[in-house]
Amino acid sequence: MSSVVIGTTISSNLVFAEIGEPEKEDLTFGFIKLTDMAPLAIAYEKGYFEDEGLYVTLEAQANWKVLLDRVIDGQLDGAHMLAGQPLGATIGYGTEAHIVTAFSMDLNGNAITVSNDVWSKMKQNIPHDSDGKPVHPIRASSLKPVIDELKAEGKPFNMGMVFPVSTHNYELRYWLAAGGIHPGYYAPSKGDVSGQINADAFLSVTPPPQMPSTMEAGTIHGYCVGEPWNQQAVFKGIGVPVITDYEIWKNNPEKVFGVSHSWAEENPNTHIRVVKAMIRAAKWLDEENNANRPEAVKILSKSQYVGADYDVIANSMTGTFEYEKGDKRDIPDFNVFFRHNATYPYYSDAIWYLTQMRRWGQIDQFKPDSWYLDIAKKVYRPDIYSIAVNELITDGVVEAADFPDLESETGFKPPQTEFIDGVTYDGRFPNKYLDSFSIGLKGKEDI
Amino acid sequence: MIKQNAYAAVFGGVKEALSIKNWLFPLLGIVVFLALWNTSASRINTSLGEFPSPVVVYQQWNSLVNDHIEEREKEVAFYERQDVRNAKKLANDPDYIAKKRPYTGKPTFFDQIFTSLYTVLAGFGLASLIAIPMGILIGLNGHIYSALNPIIQVFKPVSPLAWLPLVTMVVSATYVTDDPMFAKSFLTSMFTVTLCCMWPTLINTAVGVAAIEQDLLNVSKVLRLNWLTHVTKIVIPSSIPMMFTGLRLSLGIAWMVLIAAEMLAQNPGLGKFVWDEFQNGSSNSLGRIMVAVIVIGFIGFLLDRVMLMIQRLSSWDKTQVLR
Repeated sequence: MSSVVIGTTISSNLVFAEIGEPEKEDLTFGFIKLTDMAPLAIAYEKGYFEDEGLYVTLEAQANWKVLLDRVIDGQLDGAHMLAGQPLGATIGYGTEAHIVTAFSMDLNGNAITVSNDVWSKMKQNIPHDSDGKPVHPIRASSLKPVIDELKAEGKPFNMGMVFPVSTHNYELRYWLAAGGIHPGYYAPSKGDVSGQINADAFLSVTPPPQMPSTMEAGTIHGYCVGEPWNQQAVFKGIGVPVITDYEIWKNNPEKVFGVSHSWAEENPNTHIRVVKAMIRAAKWLDEENNANRPEAVKILSKSQYVGADYDVIANSMTGTFEYEKGDKRDIPDFNVFFRHNATYPYYSDAIWYLTQMRRWGQIDQFKPDSWYLDIAKKVYRPDIYSIAVNELITDGVVEAADFPDLESETGFKPPQTEFIDGVTYDGRFPNKYLDSFSIGLKGKEDI
Repeated sequence: MIKQNAYAAVFGGVKEALSIKNWLFPLLGIVVFLALWNTSASRINTSLGEFPSPVVVYQQWNSLVNDHIEEREKEVAFYERQDVRNAKKLANDPDYIAKKRPYTGKPTFFDQIFTSLYTVLAGFGLASLIAIPMGILIGLNGHIYSALNPIIQVFKPVSPLAWLPLVTMVVSATYVTDDPMFAKSFLTSMFTVTLCCMWPTLINTAVGVAAIEQDLLNVSKVLRLNWLTHVTKIVIPSSIPMMFTGLRLSLGIAWMVLIAAEMLAQNPGLGKFVWDEFQNGSSNSLGRIMVAVIVIGFIGFLLDRVMLMIQRLSSWDKTQVLR
């Protein structure tokens, strides 16, 4: 609790004081070519970084591992990261390093796509409405017979996700498990980091931009990835997105902005200023009911950012999502950058990721509830976020009403119920939450 | 004398270039190639659309030129904003030392070409600095040759892709300064290039040195030349043709290796440009990659020609046929 107390006292002291000059003015931030890197691109293009006296270079990275390693060894000052990455790195899953985040970049924004072949078989198990369109959300139980059929022929069912500690890995696993399909366990202490022990569906890592071509080549039957790589499959006619992550867990946290702990210690003013610029960018992205989205799409379609065609990016960024070709539906919250307190780094979000790491064996030993909170506090830094928000309020750029009440905020969202399997999540009781799943490690179980 | 020879060599080259044989057939070759490319391109359908035809490639070239111009305009605006900001800071704090920082926007295609050229020349230069003296040494001394030969043979065939992770890790670990003179990415690309491209120069120089005519060696002995004069007056001049064969091979390898290293490590340069475009998956991507492919090939060709010209200028035997 101590860090929160310190955090709030600092922030209340600083409300009327201006933050000092940035310690480091020339910064390089990494990102992966995905639409949810938008706050970085907007903060750059709209001059928000420059307003803070920061000269930022944005650099696309080859994959999530390269990006993380470059933040750790200091080649990058910070980066667009998977929410699980700072947590995974801090607890030492994969490359060990203390990474922190003070800014949550967005909510939702992913989907699960299967190949045309799998879709045609799945479709037979899905109820259709009076218009002849499949009823959404589509459950993994409709995929189960397809996998069973392959199993009977002795063939594996392969799917791609982007990184072992990615949101996508956990979302895909969540969806599969909710439909009775076992996505397999990890057993790092036994040297097994493939995550395929006892699996019905075999998940492996593929970098986001390569998902469509890997599926086209037949190496994987489907994947879970961020935009625009699901819509790209629709445009290319090679696959069908069956479900968005919004339908798996409504308003789930997705990317964060991560920096190394030592960088944050050495550059406190710079860090706050970066967060300030990004909060402004997030606000711009959601302003007036997404009125700026077309302009944002235009910026993102430039080759130095996401680079995909305007139409492909616009499909999901402007509040719609196209499932099967021609089946375009409204999902106004497909990509949320600001509303619903999207930018606040909630401890409960961090703890959810940790529960999933435990559920699938990446954390292979029982941990008490207090451990989950300790790690969350070590990685998620609402104290820095609060200073940035207070500054912005003082500057008159944002209104206090746009944010949770920073003085009383505990960092825990109220228990969340909108999951596809109907399980309730309360971040205060991670072990109780783990016990409520039928598939997954619970209690003191290990592999 | 040397100057005159050089002049003759260049003039000879120009005269040769103007003869019919030298432009008609190459032109024919290019026309047939373009026609073949055009017809086969329309038959290849990728998930990003048709394979780019020469016309599409030309259009993408234009769009890259426009991108470049646009980016330069943004750069000017960036500097103006920076000046205003620095002036304001200076007004607030007279002790403030304004830093003029370079543009933070994206490098354009042409910036990437420049980066690649600069890197390849640095890597190749370093390789030559190591390989030529070492080649002379092992060519002169059979014992050193036998000692080093196994090492050379083992390291020679190693792919840049295998060197890259090692070089990257070593550079990150050893090159730690607060205010680096070189970017780490530049150093990793450069060292990878050096490690891969030094072998042909090394081996060819050694062979050239070892194969000096006995007559010349006898002359050296008769004149009782000291070691240094022997090397500079007899060994180096007579091994120059072989040395240059090695250098040209090395430069060719250096250029190929660099593009691969840039692609894999995301280091700035043409390789990164290609990889970025591939990752973008936009309908323009293939056309842009094709532009890069042609430019990469063209630059490789030019580099070879430049080496050939240097060889013409530095070789004492002007009767030798060079191609």
